Amino acid sequence: MRTSECCDIVVAGVGGQGVILLSNIIGKAAVKEGSPVRAAETHGMAQRGGSVITHIRLGCKFGPLVPVGGADILLGLEPAEALRYAHYLSKGGIALVNTNPVLPSTVTTGRAKYPPLDEILAPLRRICSDVKTLDATKLAANAGNPQAMNVVMLGALSKYMPLREEIVIESLRESVPAKFLEVNRRAFELGKIEME
Amino acid sequence: MKEYLLGNAAIARGILEAGAGVVTSYPGTPASEIVESLAPVSKEYNLHIEWSVNEKVALEVAIGASWTGVRSAAVMKHVGLNVAADPFMTLAYTGVKGGLVVISSDDPFCHSSQNEQDSRRYALFACIPCLDPADPQEAKDMTVYAFELSEELELPVLLRPTTRVSHARADVDVGKGKTKKSTTSHEFVKNPARWVALPAHARTRHSVLIEKQDAINAALENSPWNRLVLRGELGVIASGISGLYAEEAIERLESDVSILRIGTFPPPDDLCAEFFKHVSKVLIIEELEPVLEEYVERAAREHNPELEILGKNTGHIPRDGELDSLIARNAIADMLELTHTMEEPQSMTEADEILPPRPPALCPGCSHRAAYYAMKQVFGTDAVFPSDIGCYTLAVDMGTVDTCLCMGASINLASGIRFGGEDKDICCSIGDSTFLHNGMPGLLNAVYNNAKITVTILDNLTTAMTGHQPHPGTGVTATGDKTKSVSIEALANVLGADFVETVDPYDLNATLETFRKAKECQGLSVVIAKQACITNAIRAGVRRKPFRVNDNCVGCRECVDFGCPAIEFHEDRARINSLCTGCGVCAQICPSEAIEEVVNVK
Repeated sequence: MRTSECCDIVVAGVGGQGVILLSNIIGKAAVKEGSPVRAAETHGMAQRGGSVITHIRLGCKFGPLVPVGGADILLGLEPAEALRYAHYLSKGGIALVNTNPVLPSTVTTGRAKYPPLDEILAPLRRICSDVKTLDATKLAANAGNPQAMNVVMLGALSKYMPLREEIVIESLRESVPAKFLEVNRRAFELGKIEME
Repeated sequence: MKEYLLGNAAIARGILEAGAGVVTSYPGTPASEIVESLAPVSKEYNLHIEWSVNEKVALEVAIGASWTGVRSAAVMKHVGLNVAADPFMTLAYTGVKGGLVVISSDDPFCHSSQNEQDSRRYALFACIPCLDPADPQEAKDMTVYAFELSEELELPVLLRPTTRVSHARADVDVGKGKTKKSTTSHEFVKNPARWVALPAHARTRHSVLIEKQDAINAALENSPWNRLVLRGELGVIASGISGLYAEEAIERLESDVSILRIGTFPPPDDLCAEFFKHVSKVLIIEELEPVLEEYVERAAREHNPELEILGKNTGHIPRDGELDSLIARNAIADMLELTHTMEEPQSMTEADEILPPRPPALCPGCSHRAAYYAMKQVFGTDAVFPSDIGCYTLAVDMGTVDTCLCMGASINLASGIRFGGEDKDICCSIGDSTFLHNGMPGLLNAVYNNAKITVTILDNLTTAMTGHQPHPGTGVTATGDKTKSVSIEALANVLGADFVETVDPYDLNATLETFRKAKECQGLSVVIAKQACITNAIRAGVRRKPFRVNDNCVGCRECVDFGCPAIEFHEDRARINSLCTGCGVCAQICPSEAIEEVVNVK
């Protein structure tokens, strides 16, 4: 992290994985902390099953876009998408990557190939000395719902971003329906433990 | 109190804090969430909101409201302002009574648009003030100010956020909303010299508009949206969000560059003059058109003819795409003649080489895919398929989207291609919301001028691409209240089409048959392919049984080529994954009866 207050995060994933919800939980937590926050989202046309990126800048008073080569943390909700946006990582940045792939239609219809996981992680590890991987989708299933994968990743992220855990959890509680709160709490814990 | 707000939600808060009474809009990314944010609270604030049929209609309704003395706003994306340009230009002559703010969201980099035009040019064109917010907080504060300025000048004011303001989120200090005074009835006071733009009146009003330019300059000069920080003799002038990119770059470079951040157009003359006298060299940073740069070139001639001006004209700042702090940093470093600029991003060439593309695609079970499949079966790949703006444009890989220009253009392009001499079959497609927006005059024109074409209206009962807003065919208003539902079939008939038939695209044989009849029609035929947007249907609780592939599969790939994300191909056989929504079209396409409904779904 650049300073204790300032932290640039890029979240990469696929439309439908809950990228925006995850980003909003972080942003609301920052506001609860009284810290300035800027974020940028993908809406509209690009959302339809395509690759999605959000920028979150904690402690930032400038524009919402993390400059290329400037991210302290790359949170990859899908391995190929993590590599697709890896150029945002700063030297010394951390990459947290869910290893569970989501195959694009170009692959399922046989028009393109999805590379093996180690071929995705190798170039990522070359530019980033600190790549942490976890099967967040499986952990979410263990927690009770594979859809809670984004919250597993939030739990993992909570170990590295400069926001107090109880504030992040409070923000999580306010952002998910009450009936899914228990699953999400478990998902958060599993993601966090995975980073210990 | 601070809230974590989307830029568009912040603008909506500004509209409430200004006590507006009427807000109109046609949905368009990146502007759609402004009216959506107002919908849940509009009644509480005694605010009329509407999804208008198109942007011209939206602006005219807002003008009517303003002329009764109520504050009103018309909200649209940048290309919507083209549609509304006719009332927009003359509105500057007539002026307003209640404050009227036109909000036009620009989209640098065409994230969700067909062009990246610059709305600031429109404000200059119309000779009205334009505000260029840098972030959600400023967008909210400028919205309130815009209403006040509009009333003070009796002119419309243009608010121009960009995608990275509208779809940014930030901690925003919010104030209290004002309720429009419901006790005061607003009335239209007749005043032909103002409200009737006859040539004699228009000439007078044009003079009035020209005379108002000094008042505009004076008001903006004293506004809080332009900020000057004088340091070294090298300077940066930046507009809107580019000001933030520039400030970040200057901080990272630890340089003593002077900066003037501009939030208003026309820019403040006195502040700019002070800046020009202080610096010897200036870099202009702004997205899209060199609006500020052209101003600086003109103004510097008077105040500092020696001033060296860098920007788009010198290649320091691109004229297309969007900017970020890295582009700003490199341009400033170049001006400072720093050899050690920022580290170049780390090389990631293998990412491009090994990663499969993941383009946005039609949803599993989308009825547009089924309609296009049948259309191509009947008309063949040689036919010409003009298309339009909506989710269905994503089907460009299916070969049934040969054109996409602007809202409602498909029918007119089809007519023109026919009159240009094309002999092949021409079958154009247009969505329900797009047809109601601007397609109806095209259909009328095609009928009137005897264009032999087929018009397919892809009716999924919503404005899907922009977030499922209702339209006049849905029987629901922007506030969710019930209203009359307009029949698209009746419209097609009354506009004079020779053949009109509605079909469910999930029924493949019926759809093929309807397209065949339409193709054989000697005049103008209209096919309405009607089936609810699958995303909306699922949200409404519709659950169909999914399908699966059985042992009859011979691996012919017919279903795979249909292109549904629920159909995969593994080891010489098709497989249906968990994304299946049960539309059943692939089962009708399969020549081997290898796709069947899953009977026992838990």
